[in-house]
Amino acid sequence: MRFIETRAALLFISPWLIGFLIFTAWPVINSAYLSLTDYDVINDPNFVGFDNYVTLFEDPKVGLALRNTFIYTVMSVPAQLIVSLGLALLLNSATKASGFFRTAFFLPKMTPPVAIGILLLMLFNGQSGLVNGFLGVFGIDGPAWTTDPDWIKPGLVLMNLWTVGSSVVIMLAALRGVPQELYDSALVDGAGWWKRTLRITVPMISPTLFFLFIVDSINALQSFTEAYTAFFGSGNTTYSNDAALFYAIYLFQQAFEFLHMGYASALAWLLFIVIMAITAVQMLVTRRFVHYEGGNP
Amino acid sequence: MRSPFVRWSVLSVSLALALTSCAKGTGGASAPAPSAGQFNPGATFDGTITVMGFGATDEIGSTRVELAEKALGGAEVKLVEGDLDIQQFLSSVAAGDPPDVIYANRDQIGTFASRGAIVPLTACIQGEQIDTSMYNKNALAQVTFGNEIWGIPEFNQVQITMANADLLKDAGLAIEDVNGSSWEKVTAAAKKLYKAPGGKLRVVGFDSKLPEFLPLWAKANGADLLSADGRTAQLNSPQVVQALEFAVGVYDAQGGFAKVKALRDSADFFGKGNQFASGELGAMPMEQWYVNVLNDVSPKAPLVFDTFRTQQGEPLAYSSGSSWAVPRGAKNPGAACRFAKTMTLVESWKAAAEARLAERKKENKPFTGVLTGNVKADEEIEKMLTSGGEPWDSGVKAFYEANDHTFSLPANPADSEFKTAWQDAVNRVLNGQEEPKEALDRAQQDAQAALDKAWASWTKRTN
Repeated sequence: MRFIETRAALLFISPWLIGFLIFTAWPVINSAYLSLTDYDVINDPNFVGFDNYVTLFEDPKVGLALRNTFIYTVMSVPAQLIVSLGLALLLNSATKASGFFRTAFFLPKMTPPVAIGILLLMLFNGQSGLVNGFLGVFGIDGPAWTTDPDWIKPGLVLMNLWTVGSSVVIMLAALRGVPQELYDSALVDGAGWWKRTLRITVPMISPTLFFLFIVDSINALQSFTEAYTAFFGSGNTTYSNDAALFYAIYLFQQAFEFLHMGYASALAWLLFIVIMAITAVQMLVTRRFVHYEGGNP
Repeated sequence: MRSPFVRWSVLSVSLALALTSCAKGTGGASAPAPSAGQFNPGATFDGTITVMGFGATDEIGSTRVELAEKALGGAEVKLVEGDLDIQQFLSSVAAGDPPDVIYANRDQIGTFASRGAIVPLTACIQGEQIDTSMYNKNALAQVTFGNEIWGIPEFNQVQITMANADLLKDAGLAIEDVNGSSWEKVTAAAKKLYKAPGGKLRVVGFDSKLPEFLPLWAKANGADLLSADGRTAQLNSPQVVQALEFAVGVYDAQGGFAKVKALRDSADFFGKGNQFASGELGAMPMEQWYVNVLNDVSPKAPLVFDTFRTQQGEPLAYSSGSSWAVPRGAKNPGAACRFAKTMTLVESWKAAAEARLAERKKENKPFTGVLTGNVKADEEIEKMLTSGGEPWDSGVKAFYEANDHTFSLPANPADSEFKTAWQDAVNRVLNGQEEPKEALDRAQQDAQAALDKAWASWTKRTN
């Protein structure tokens, strides 16, 4: 009986399983092999042992790209979480037209990342961009967001807030799940809005915050399209900026522009290990701050 | 005892791995090099030939494609439009299913050739009796690698000086002050022409067009970025450093590159509100095709043209452009060769130019010419030009003159890395991260390392 059930289960999941093996597992295994070769896509891979990994540690651009990516992640993830939470709290207290606002906040998420990269160049144009125009109203002479290496990453972080819609929707669902009686009790005890948010809302939605923290961090560490379009893509055929050289962009350049597919595979494995390590540390450090209603797992 | 689940899982994994390992491409399998016998001017072809990276979107393209199709004697031409997608192309070669012809930038040819992605055209040229003397020698040099020709030159691009006549006049300047013949005058003109009321740049006096035009400024200063044999980078030579210092200094004189780029980015480059028509740009060197754009979208813009000039007053232009190449493993190299030949014949270019001339007449606009990689075709087309009055006639005259004074960078197996090295260096200087000498020293190291590695691979492959 158990065998029949197992066979049936395998049969039902086999379309996914085969797809997974062919399109995910095999490329992963193959990339591990390619990372030990000199491979240019056209000719047979030439086994070079750990040469590519040695080169990784000697290549100054790897360090630069990792540093850029970390700085961006450290700025971007908290900004996304705070803005998402703020918007979700606003939406949660909206009674009328909350559906409309929910849709409105989510809509920018539908914008293709390439378009966001182009939008960035327009909105953050140092001379005629809306952002500096707005700052100018307050007498602030805005920076050169698209060329000054110190302002490139803050510009990308701000632009990325354009797409917090999905996080807002997830947080809103979590907020709706917080029992009303907790707020009622706090009100009776005389707790104000700020105290209720800090002592009830945040702990109660901490598993969601934790989930978004992990997922947003992984996404930020893999950032590519917006920065590539704005600073390395066809719109700027020759202008580029080191400050926007994220790790995934450097990996792409090595693989598809310089045709160093073996080296790019080694870069990919290093990124995989870095993300694994960071995620593990995040889980260890932040787990104690997460409150699960059914008890911590 | 292993559970059925484990057994089934192991079976599935083994099966999938076995299947996927069968999906290995033919990478590395050396296809036989075409022989002259495969190419015969009298032969006819049938079936379909696939052309990747070319769209016959105007009469210059469509007229020649029709002629090429006729010359094949029955075979159909299928165009895979859009720019050549390198990844798609290389994957198709590795999988043993490449297109028959590709349309690629000439500076990509060395890289493709060195990796064996395309085949040499020696046999094609001999068999189809293609007279290579008709091609622009610089264009031909860009597709010559390891003493063999790997591509057939198609279009050609050169740069000329373009300026806003009204702004020049108001500042008491002439085109000679901004055509590059005197760098002191260029910097002085940039300072006179730029306008930045309240610190906000409204008019760029002179755009030296960095990073892309560093090879032009360097050559104007007597230096090539790469040695003639394509093996030695010369990025940190004193002349290149001086050229970069000058070209960056022009931006500094106008408040810095950041402001110039911001204004450049906000311009309607291809529209009626372009920088010249809106009076936001004094002068810049630019590719010749932009004359046609300006003539189309802002025929009344106050423009003045001249060639770009060296400090000795000689015209100078960097030749770049496209070419046809035949991938390794192409199923019908004979038809591919005929196609490339016909697309670039003098008669084909003339027919295309006549079609363009007719279109322009219909629109009551002048025919401002087409620059090709075929010098004989250029001579014929030049005879067909129609006057658009001034300043357009001067513009056309300038780019035909520039076309006679070109230089190019030689084919090499690491073009992309070489280009990235010097462009990154220029960008680091423009972004205020490094000084020109420091940036170019680093670029020299990076570029030379890439060249050495790529040439070593080529030597290993061919020995």
